[in-house]
Amino acid sequence: MKFSDFVKSETIIPDLTASDKRGVIRELVMSLVEHGRIRAEETEGIFAAIMNREELGSTGIGRGVAVPHTKHPSVDQLIGTVGISSNGIDFQSLDREKVQLVFLLISPPDRPGDHLRALENISRQLHDETFCKFLKQAKTAADIRQILEEADNNQYVS
Amino acid sequence: MSETTYSRTVTIVNSPGLHLRPAKLFVEMASQYQSRIELIKDDMRIDGKSILSILTLGAAQGTRVSLEGTGLDSHAAINALAALIESGFPEEHESGSST
Repeated sequence: MKFSDFVKSETIIPDLTASDKRGVIRELVMSLVEHGRIRAEETEGIFAAIMNREELGSTGIGRGVAVPHTKHPSVDQLIGTVGISSNGIDFQSLDREKVQLVFLLISPPDRPGDHLRALENISRQLHDETFCKFLKQAKTAADIRQILEEADNNQYVS
Repeated sequence: MSETTYSRTVTIVNSPGLHLRPAKLFVEMASQYQSRIELIKDDMRIDGKSILSILTLGAAQGTRVSLEGTGLDSHAAINALAALIESGFPEEHESGSST
């Protein structure tokens, strides 16, 4: 699975303004609403579902990355987006590092395989330090889109 | 006791596969042991104490993975981790305070 399969570049937020987990997740969900990726009336339900998942255990996976996510019946394909916080957010990650890269994922309940493949793709790319570093340094949505495209073309890992 | 390598092959039984929560439970348990823990799937061999590495396996339900431990407590570690995978990572609700 490629980033372009689930991330539409117009939804990317290169400069998250919120300073806490809750605020950042809301910013990303709102971006998906604004760009028509999820329906406005589903906003609160999706936001609450993602926060409930966080309560079960942080989705901070280390190396300054978090993947807040949920299943939700209102989507019929995997929907995702990316946000960057240059200051970093406390996500209660296992390694206690602040999170700068947030990949938000919403998947249809009946397709657990898609979610697993998206996680596989994200983690495989993030394993490459260059990819990780470039993303954290990206300043614009265009920069991020380019880095994700390069990753999709296997320029960081094979 | 000497430093030994011990391995077992198990099948992923939980329906969502080795997604984030199971990966985290696995790492939390693996980290309680001194031994180096590795997971092997096809031609991939990864660090069993890294969530990020485990996620790169993309191990879906039905996948066979080998667990390999090297160290003084490798036997206990691998048996406990194999049991965790075979239990299907008891679902949700509790255990949220693991961070």
